[in-house]
Amino acid sequence: MEQGEITAFIGPSGCGKSTALRCLNRMNDLVRGFRFDGHVHFRGKDIYHRSVDPVAVRRYIGMVFQQPNPFAMSIYNNVAFGLRLNRVKDDIPERVERALRGAALWDEVKDKLKNSGLSLSGGQQQRLCIARAIATEPTVLLMDEPCSALDPIATRRIEELMTELKEKYTIAVVTHNLQQAQRVADKTAFMYVDTTQGGRTGYLVEYEDTNRLFQDPKEEFTKQYIRGEFS
Amino acid sequence: MNDSDSNNSAGIDSDSEEIELTRSFADVDFPRLERSLRHPRTLFSSGLSLMTGIVTVVACIPLFSVLIMLMYRGGKRLGLELLTETPPSAFESGGGFGNAIVGTLTMVGIAALIAVPFGILAAVFLAEFGPKSKTASAVRFCAKLLTGFPSILAGVFAYAAVVLLTGTYSAPAGGIALSILMLPIVLLTAEESIKMVPKKMKEAAIGMGATQTQVVWKVILPTALPGMLTGVMLAVARAAGETAPLLFTALNSNYWIVQDGELALMEPTASLAVLIFNFSGVPFESQIELAWAAALVLVLIVLIINIGGQLLSRKRVLR
Repeated sequence: MEQGEITAFIGPSGCGKSTALRCLNRMNDLVRGFRFDGHVHFRGKDIYHRSVDPVAVRRYIGMVFQQPNPFAMSIYNNVAFGLRLNRVKDDIPERVERALRGAALWDEVKDKLKNSGLSLSGGQQQRLCIARAIATEPTVLLMDEPCSALDPIATRRIEELMTELKEKYTIAVVTHNLQQAQRVADKTAFMYVDTTQGGRTGYLVEYEDTNRLFQDPKEEFTKQYIRGEFS
Repeated sequence: MNDSDSNNSAGIDSDSEEIELTRSFADVDFPRLERSLRHPRTLFSSGLSLMTGIVTVVACIPLFSVLIMLMYRGGKRLGLELLTETPPSAFESGGGFGNAIVGTLTMVGIAALIAVPFGILAAVFLAEFGPKSKTASAVRFCAKLLTGFPSILAGVFAYAAVVLLTGTYSAPAGGIALSILMLPIVLLTAEESIKMVPKKMKEAAIGMGATQTQVVWKVILPTALPGMLTGVMLAVARAAGETAPLLFTALNSNYWIVQDGELALMEPTASLAVLIFNFSGVPFESQIELAWAAALVLVLIVLIINIGGQLLSRKRVLR
């Protein structure tokens, strides 16, 4: 994945898109029975190396989840949460404002920062979560189907936001929505699930520039999936 | 049938055409949609609903009759001197039980100081760190057993462990006995409310690079606070009303816990529950009245603590 680009993961349900994404900031370490083979290199360092602290990894590689998940605290504290984790003391209000502006939420919430984050609508909550994630200025932003719980208009806003954010952050996004991948992603990875050998094994079929993947896929599978012949 | 007819006309506007329409439909073999008590299952359902209502009201009778009785019998003596005076001796009238109120609050306070941190930290372990470990299931089992623990045994235990060791009846001994009764309630309710914290909130915190400690302190405990507070309140209410464990441990006293400006913690200590127990068995009218008044005050204290807890937790949630 290239710096300053958006990479999309597409593929049918259960092919391991989310799992692959969660490997990138070691969220899967929390899952019982999870085992990792291979390497994930981040700025020339293998984040699965024994000496690496997963907590530190997650501070540089932020994450936005499928379901908006603000904390049960005020909007302001939600965004300031990550800053406080990192013991940032200086100009917290300015950083909170910058993050909320970055997530295109500032104008809607600037008068009610003390209200609970849970009082916002779904789309606003998701943008709050994005604001929370970018408040600590991570290098990479992982987004696990960030729009699947949102209506089309909110989805649109998040997509616009993503294209704005890629100026500063590298983004990896999992999506079920092919059009979304086409609209926002620079590169797209198509994954598929193999059930022929019993069990379910997800694998990567094709990884290409988005335009090329959608217009002229090399693999037959990709072609069929994009045309909607199976799901 | 009269019943269904009146339903019919009430349900539809006075518009005569509409009524006409319904009637002509009713003539055709159209399913009857009106509610009618003639149907056995409607009757059965209404009967059962009614019964739940009646039983609910009946269940409240003991509570309210006790409250009314307390207010009637105990209200007579209610006054400021109850809070400022110490109990009268045998043939005296007047007096109060201020020392017992202070004693109860002190011992419940000591008990809460022990049981709340222990219970909540143990609950964090049970719910977060090792929910499936052997230790956790053993602890959970013990806690459940302990909720049904006869309170007098807690007193006997504290007698053996503290009173015999220190050689005196004391407020800490009473507090320790009460904490044994509080601990399982705090522990189990705290575990439940920690489990209720949505997983996605924990994931959010972890995804932002929070350590396990930070997740617990900054997300789980604040979010679970209202539930845990409810548990603490329940436990406090139970402990405040316990008599048996205090009989062996704090005994009773006619003096203030602060004597001549000095805290007499390691002395026998008065408590409302023991005072009620003692005074209700004596043949003196004044003492019996005091026992009633003490019962009322005890109920009020528990009520105030409960309402305070509710308000606190509601404030937390709204924020």
